[in-house]
This record gives sequence, C-alpha cells and structure tokens, in this order.
Amino acid sequence: MIHSAKRTGPYGLIAEFDSAEALLEATQKTTDAGYRKVETYSPFPIHGISEALKFYDQRVPWTVFFGGLIGATAGLGLQTYASVVDYPHNTGGKPFFSLPSFFPVTFECTILLAAFGAVFGMLFMNKLPLPYHPVFNASKFHRASQDRFFLCIEAVDPKFEAESAKAFLEALAPLSVEEVPY
Amino acid sequence: MAIPQIDPSLIEGKQNYGTIDEMIASVVTDQKRHKRIWFIVFGLAFLLMNCLIVAVTWLLYRGIGIWGNNVPVGWGLDIVNFVWWIGIGHAGTLISAILLLLRQPWRNSINRFAEAMTIFAVMCAGLYPLLHTGRPWLAYWMFPYTNILGLWPQFRSPLIWDVFAVSTYFTVSLLFWYIGLVPDLATIRDRTRNKFARTICGAASLGWRGAGRHWHRYEQAYMLLAGLSTPLVLSVHSIVSFDFAVSIVPGWNVTLFPPYFVAGAVFAGFAMVLNLLIPVRAMYGLKELITMKHIDWMAKIMLATGLIVFYGYICEVFYAWYSATNVELTLLMWRFTGPYMWFYWSLILCNGIIPQLMWWPKLRKNLVVIWIVAFFVNIGMWLERFVIIPVSLTKNYLPASDRLYMPTFWDWMMFAGTIGMFMVLLFLFIRFLPSINIFEVKDLLYKMGGPRTKPAHHEEGQA
Repeated sequence: MIHSAKRTGPYGLIAEFDSAEALLEATQKTTDAGYRKVETYSPFPIHGISEALKFYDQRVPWTVFFGGLIGATAGLGLQTYASVVDYPHNTGGKPFFSLPSFFPVTFECTILLAAFGAVFGMLFMNKLPLPYHPVFNASKFHRASQDRFFLCIEAVDPKFEAESAKAFLEALAPLSVEEVPY
Repeated sequence: MAIPQIDPSLIEGKQNYGTIDEMIASVVTDQKRHKRIWFIVFGLAFLLMNCLIVAVTWLLYRGIGIWGNNVPVGWGLDIVNFVWWIGIGHAGTLISAILLLLRQPWRNSINRFAEAMTIFAVMCAGLYPLLHTGRPWLAYWMFPYTNILGLWPQFRSPLIWDVFAVSTYFTVSLLFWYIGLVPDLATIRDRTRNKFARTICGAASLGWRGAGRHWHRYEQAYMLLAGLSTPLVLSVHSIVSFDFAVSIVPGWNVTLFPPYFVAGAVFAGFAMVLNLLIPVRAMYGLKELITMKHIDWMAKIMLATGLIVFYGYICEVFYAWYSATNVELTLLMWRFTGPYMWFYWSLILCNGIIPQLMWWPKLRKNLVVIWIVAFFVNIGMWLERFVIIPVSLTKNYLPASDRLYMPTFWDWMMFAGTIGMFMVLLFLFIRFLPSINIFEVKDLLYKMGGPRTKPAHHEEGQA
C-alpha cells in the first residue's frame, strides 16, 4: 500500500520510553510539532493517547449498531416468514404472527450479530490478523507488550527527514531512538 | 473525566509491569512451575471425564431409557444438571461484563478465570439437552433451515428460545474471552523462549502490536461487548426459567421465576468462582493479585444473591397459598413433608442458613470457612433445581399419574463425568493460557499511580 512506494528507506524511527506518562507527553509534543504518521505502542490502553494522536474513530460503535439492526430484522423476519408465510399453522389458537413469543429469538439474534459487529469490525478496521509488520524489526520491540512504551514516526510522514526526526525524538528524552528497517 | 479513587490494596506488594508479567505469564512460559498437585488434580479429573465417555457411549447405544426419566417425570437429572451448569457459568459474565460497565476495577484480576469458567460450564450444560433429545445426531433439526419436510422450529416454544439463547451465549462468551486474550497472548509470544509456544501464541495473538489506534478501537469493541453481554446473561437464565414458567405444571407456573433464576445463577456462580480460585491462588502464588479484598467482596455478593434466592423460596410458599389452588398447596406440602422432604430441607440449610455465616467480617477473612460455605451453596443450588424440576413433576393434577422419580446409576455417572470434563478443561486452561488478564492488571496498576517502589498495605487470610 503506502509502504510499498517507499520501500527503499527505513520504515520509520522509534523511540522507547519507560512510562506511560512519558509516552503521553512525547506523543503530544510530536503531533503538536506537525508530525502526522505517528503511532504509539504500549502494553495496555492509555487514556488520552487517542487525543494526543489526534485520532478519532467511531466506526466500531456504528458497526455494532448496524450489526444489531441486521440481527433484529433477520431474527424477526425469519420467524415471521416461517410462521406466517411459509408454514402457517394454528398452535393452541395463537395468532400466526405471535409477536410477544417472537421477542426472545429476535433479541438473541440482535445480540449475536451486534457482537459479531464488535469483534470482526474491530479486527477488520485494525487490519488484523497481520502476521508481519515492520515495527517488529525494532530490536527492543518485544517489550512493547510487557513494560516499555514506544513512539514511532513513520517515514511516509510528509515532514519526515531522517536527521531532523531523529534529533526531534532525542529531544524528548527517551531511553533510546532507533531506526526501524523494513 | 476524573478517575475515581481506586483502593490500592487491590494489588498487593511492590509491583511494576515486569513483576506482573512474571507472576502471571510465567505460569504459562515456565512449565516447571506446575508441581505434582497439578498432575494429581488433572489425573483425577481425567478419570472422571472418562466416566462421561462411558456414560455417553452407553447412552447412545441403549437410548435414554437408561436414565431414571419416565412419564410423568420427563425432565430429570439431565435438566437439573443443565440448569445448574448454565447458572454456574453466569458468574463469569457478571464479573466480566456487568462489573466492567459499573467500573469496578477489582474485577480485573478475576475476570479471565471467571470467563473461562463460563465457557467450560456452558459446554457441560449444552451436553445435557443435546443428549436428552435422544437422537443428538439430529440436533440440527432445532435450527431453522430449509428442509425437504418444509417444516420450521416452533418459535412460540421456550425450548426453541433456549436453543437460540444458549448458543448465542456460548458464542458471545467465547468471543469476549478470546478478544480479552489477544493482547495477553502477544505478551506471552514476546516472553517465551519456546519456539513452539511462540509460533502458537504469535498466530493466536493475530499479530497484535499494541498500537494506540488499535487500542482505541479495541476498547470501544470491548466495552460494547460488555454492554451486549449484560442483557444477554440476564436473558439466558430468564429464558431457561421460561422453560418452566410458561408451562402449567404446579410449582413451575410462577412469574417470579426469571429474576429468581438469575439471582440463583449468580449465587451459584460466585460460589464456584470462590471454590476454584481459593486453591488456585495458593497453588500459583497469585495472592498479591487475587487479594483477601477480592475474596471478601465475592463473599458479600454471594451473601446478597443468596438473600434474593431465599426471598424466592419464601415467595414460592406465598404464591402456593395465594393461588388458593388445591394442586399448588398439595405440591407445597409434598415438598415440605413428602418423600423428597430431605432434599427440600437440605436446600434450605445449604442456601438459606449456612450462607448467613458470611455476615461476620471475621469469617470472610477465613478462607477455609468461605470455601466450605461456597461448597454448600453449590450443593444447595443443585438441590434447588432438583426440588423445582423433577419433584414438581411427581405431583400432578390427576393423582393417578403421580409417580416417584429416582436418578439411576447412569444419571450420576454422567453428572460426575461433566464435573470431570469441566475440571480437565479448567486445568488445561490454567496451564496453557494466562489465567489473569495481564494488560488489565497493568492498566489498574497505572491508574493507581504506576510502578511502585514500596509495597502496598498487605493483609493475609488465616488459612
């Protein structure tokens, strides 16, 4: 995709921090300085990091909403089709369209498809599963899932220049700065 | 938004992110931590699971005539055990979903284990109605699909609602559990030195790299799943109770059933969590993460839901009297003084009287007492289902059709077998997956002020 166009140089520059607070502050400064293709990597979700990244995305909640809507329609539609259209059958004198009795299945279908929307929508938008990603080439990146916090400026950023970006990251007082190869 | 004050004693000791990894992930990455006791428990559970294989094989060969079920008692131990297992599963969803929505941070160190318990309990539960159909190879008849008979399931029947509720519950619980596991599997992938484990965890963690944008969507999805699971768990046991309440059988036809069943499920589920976590936290040195405070609060929830359940027992007596129906009153006296009176009075003892011990703060610090109380609650909840399901069926509108019910050897064999299967799955889980949510405990530590240089206040049980 974007990466393939610039496969010649490095993927980006990555800085390592030892606390969530330091990462939060560094991220804020980086985006304030005008860098846009910035990503953080942390062992747990940090509140405020999305705002620092100037990242706002509400597509997952909407996917859940439409999943639930489809589930409800399909569940109720299925029961109505089966009991009213395809095989109308008098059961204990109840009407063919027995709405109160159709609620439980409609409800379960709503929940099921909304949950699918949450899980598969989230994975799809995060482009997961992804077996290979260049950021794993950073020598200390295995600690991103443990006890270190990383900030990466990608080379595709329009403002990215190897020298100035490196100097910028080093000014943020990280534990280390490293070039991430493809 | 202001972060509410979190009790620092929810994580004990001098912890940082590394020590949390070490404590939880090393149970998986360092297989030498599993001592002989693991093999003893696993071996016993495996033997019990073989009882299940034998019982099911014989059942498939001979048919469900080998069970004690016979008209008018069509629902015997199989349905008792189904309801019991489903109920046990509910504590998992309650802890993981409802406590998450209520922003109760103490759930973070027990939710993974409770969710695993949910999944395994629902697997055990699902076996019973499946085999109860008599011809489980035709189970797909319960699902709506276009067939050459041109028939559809009866959507007005609670039994079909049950099919949808239980299968949805299992699927959503599994997704919730797996999504919670993904970042922790990435931690194990990055920590383990075993190439095989790294490959498996690498694939299962879907290439998770903890990116800020990923966490953003991840948290949205996780919170929404919790929001969806909460009404789901309430609906599942309500629908299970409709199996009874929608009928006209004396003792079943009660509008109280849905909330009464849900409270009973939470009651049994918390008892099971306590029964399992008290030994496991000692075996694997997790006392600093599953603290006495956690156990104290779980015991309090057990007490509270126990009181709701006991209120249900009182209401049942009231309804029987208030209905002014002869058959309801006869059934009530049948429960009090009939041949099954020992079941009824043991139930009152186990669920009504023994849990009252949890009122004393001192006893909530004594792990042996809590464990024994929780064990009695599990027995009591089983007895409750027995008293509700088969005992109600032995007394009918027409006295000529009254008939006693007694489970057979094969009923008990299969029950023992599902306990074995549950324990086998649980012990495999403890050994091969992180049984405490690593990233949420780190998150909790961060919210408490980050890595510590001094240990927090430490309190230990007397056992």
